[in-house]
Amino acid sequence: MDFYMVMKIAGIGLLVGILVMVLDQAGRKDIGQLTVLAGVVVVLYIVVQAVADLFSLVQSVFQIY
Amino acid sequence: MEIWQIVGLALVVAVIGVVLKQVRREIALQLTIVTGAIIFMLILGKIKIIVDLLQNLADQANISSYYLMIVLKIVGVAYLAEFGADICRDADEKALATKIEIAAKVGVLVLAIPIIVAILESLMRLVP
Repeated sequence: MDFYMVMKIAGIGLLVGILVMVLDQAGRKDIGQLTVLAGVVVVLYIVVQAVADLFSLVQSVFQIY
Repeated sequence: MEIWQIVGLALVVAVIGVVLKQVRREIALQLTIVTGAIIFMLILGKIKIIVDLLQNLADQANISSYYLMIVLKIVGVAYLAEFGADICRDADEKALATKIEIAAKVGVLVLAIPIIVAILESLMRLVP
């Protein structure tokens, strides 16, 4: 839960972008779309965990139950 | 967490976001969400100190902590709604952002009902 997580997401994003570019050049648009989908799902998994952490922390600090 | 660390994190994420937006817009948005969550989690430690101080002061002044809790809850609801609405606005979902704000307003009003009732009751006692 720090800068490492940001770097992870940025890395995944750049990797997916480059991969899609290469696959498009190689004429494999369908696999490129699947790559985008997989990247978004993986990043969403990280994001949802971070947001859930934030919400539980806010609940405990502001005593919202 | 010190302020320069937060500013540095935000600047680095802004630069990465500009690059990522040209390649993959959807992942750039998620990067923004995570950064917002991280920054607020870093701030929350300090907010907890302030909340504890307020609670101490309220205890010393013999103010019922019930009303303080309501104010704290309202601040929490307002912050979370702001967080969600800003992200929706970033993703060009202005309609969703407005709905979140409406929901937050209703929620705050519901939370404030006990305070409003208390004020009205004391007013009734003053005006026979």
